[in-house]
Amino acid sequence: MKMKLSRTLIQSAVAAAALTLAGTALADVTVISFGGANQKAQDKAFYGPFAASKGGSVTPGEYNGEQAKIKAMVEAGNVTWDVVEVESPELLRGCEEGLYEKLDYSKIGAKSEFLPKTVSDCGVGIFVWSTALAYNADKLKTAPTSWADFWDVKKFPGKRGLRKGAKYTLEFALLADGVKPADVYKVLGTKEGVERAFKKLDQIKGDIQWWEAGAQPPQLLASGDVVMSSVYNGRIAAAQKEGKNLKIVWNGSIYDVDSWAIPKGSPKRDEAYRFIKFASQPENQRVFSAEIPYGPTNAKAVSGMDPKIAAELPTAPENLKGAFATDTEFWVEHGEDLEQRFNAWAAR
Amino acid sequence: MTAASNTADALAPPAASVPSLKKRLRRAEMRKKLLYGALILPLAVFLLVAFVWPIASLLTRSIDNPEVHDNLPHTLRELKAWDGEGMPPAAVFTAFAAELESAKGSPAIAEIAKRLNREETGYRSLIMKTARKLPLPADTDVPSALTEIDARWGEAETWRAIRRSGGATTPFYLLAAIDRSIDTHGNIVTAPPEEAVYVNVLMRTFWMSLIVTGLCLVLGFPVAYLMAKLATKQSNMLMFFVLLPFWTSVLVRVAAWIILLQNEGLINKVLMAIGLTDGPLQLLFNRVGVYVAMVHILLPFMVLPLYSVMKGISPVYVRAAVSLGCPPFKSFWKVYFPQTLPGIGAGALLVFIMCMGYYITPALLGSPQEQMVSYFIAFYTNQTINWGMAAALSAVLLGATLVLYMVYARYLGPTRVKLVKPR
Repeated sequence: MKMKLSRTLIQSAVAAAALTLAGTALADVTVISFGGANQKAQDKAFYGPFAASKGGSVTPGEYNGEQAKIKAMVEAGNVTWDVVEVESPELLRGCEEGLYEKLDYSKIGAKSEFLPKTVSDCGVGIFVWSTALAYNADKLKTAPTSWADFWDVKKFPGKRGLRKGAKYTLEFALLADGVKPADVYKVLGTKEGVERAFKKLDQIKGDIQWWEAGAQPPQLLASGDVVMSSVYNGRIAAAQKEGKNLKIVWNGSIYDVDSWAIPKGSPKRDEAYRFIKFASQPENQRVFSAEIPYGPTNAKAVSGMDPKIAAELPTAPENLKGAFATDTEFWVEHGEDLEQRFNAWAAR
Repeated sequence: MTAASNTADALAPPAASVPSLKKRLRRAEMRKKLLYGALILPLAVFLLVAFVWPIASLLTRSIDNPEVHDNLPHTLRELKAWDGEGMPPAAVFTAFAAELESAKGSPAIAEIAKRLNREETGYRSLIMKTARKLPLPADTDVPSALTEIDARWGEAETWRAIRRSGGATTPFYLLAAIDRSIDTHGNIVTAPPEEAVYVNVLMRTFWMSLIVTGLCLVLGFPVAYLMAKLATKQSNMLMFFVLLPFWTSVLVRVAAWIILLQNEGLINKVLMAIGLTDGPLQLLFNRVGVYVAMVHILLPFMVLPLYSVMKGISPVYVRAAVSLGCPPFKSFWKVYFPQTLPGIGAGALLVFIMCMGYYITPALLGSPQEQMVSYFIAFYTNQTINWGMAAALSAVLLGATLVLYMVYARYLGPTRVKLVKPR
């Protein structure tokens, strides 16, 4: 009896201590991003300064965009990820399926502070990134200028890198076949358009080296395993900093927005909001863009930026020529079908 | 019954204060059985909780079909009365509009849309678009109002798709896992060649597993033979080398092969230095690389059972055969080799079944033409979150493996190996 009493005493003391601690010290937020050069830049621009501002500490983690783990967490009611970086089709789908919290913008900032189309019900844009053509300027004498050149194996012999998957691959095939950027999704929405894209891919099937992680194409380009490749533009900048002579062709690049989202049922919603608000401030987004050339989403961040850095971003007016945005709705609708079709084509 | 026991009592020895021998024996046996049962109970419970139950619950996902069934119950009930020709009655439209409206804004609507989109691409946006326009103003003609929102509501096929996807269970995923589907008239049809993939992938999985098993046997047999013949000290040394790879993670070994096999890698550099080839050979991202790494990883699983069987074979038989005038190779082939068959069977089965589920090695070292079934299971689990499809592919893989195992047990199992006829 005595022991039991003392145990309850200890328990209540611990509980009381925890309560008072929670009032003063700040819990840490688990923030999951895509890793690599992108995570390094986030650490410098967001995680470190967030902790320094006494906002709370950040436990970083990384994933490859698979929604399975988030779905499993939300369904089991045991959410351990507080803030996640998501690509736009997954964000839209996850929002509809109830994987993510509907955001309360009064806790983040007015939607009008952000560039149009970078904020939605469940996600706040972090940055604008681009999938573009890149080549090794040391290995190629003449520079390619379009996806048509990418398909020209006579003029540019050698292997080419493409991301293993239907998304972007089919768009690039249609661009190479002469479809105008504005018509790509209209054509890809028809049966004939899909046939056309796969027929175009057939032409260079034997010359393609497929990649899956964003860190692969710069390595493949640097080692000379491929002469050109589709790349995430930020990864090329990281390789350039290491002295590799890699160049980007912005013509025919496709840009998309990555967003912060809060998995539904996160126990640290308030901290998550505080982190998102902090990371959305123009000064922090400017630091991020200086680390890795992804375009900021906060309208004010663009104005005060070093012009040299601004010129390297996918959102720079010069780079937007011939570029277009990915059609999120299209990929949510046709994604499953086209990825299945792509798998069947690639496995043959 | 009573009569029988009466006779039994009559036959039993009198003054039965001590239980009969039979009874005592039975009791002792019962005690032994209980003891055995208690001994394996922890493992049995563990297997049940950690193995049987998860697998069973996963497999049920391959036929589970709750999306439309649970979320549009009234619509489905009304659709039952419809003959499938012409337009469904107005009651169907009314029930559908009401249920869609109540599902609006909740995850249920996304579930319905996602499931119907698998029947026909485009139905997702149809559902979403329709839900956005609801509720309809009071006193409208629901069928014409829905048709006005989208012409597809005026087509019988749309409603047939809803009815088709409305069962509590569905063969949809299992059929898709073998490149089949159900057409609008309920017949099972083969998928068009540009979409068919899984039958090929399954055959490829079998074929690659067979090749790897064969290579492991060819490479592992001499090693096991040597180990069984050598003195303990030397064979222990060899055993150490066989077991060494077990202490390194599979991922590290695969990464090591990437470094060795790549264009600028060690093997290509050596080949070019000694002048065997002019340019680098393509050893990576094709079948060669996958075979090399898989054989390397799975070789111990072939060597160990072979060795354990060979160690138990008495050298007396071969000596006897040779002393009776049988040539050395013939005596090896006729006398020694048949005795190793149980080891070959066990090793081959182990390697083959492990091959069937291989994922990481083909994923890292192969091109899309080398991917096996487990790649697609991972794809559906992680990428598209189509767990029905992932479960169906798992079920097909499990089924195929079980059939194979039964064939093995029937014709090649350890008890069946009787190539040397007893004389």
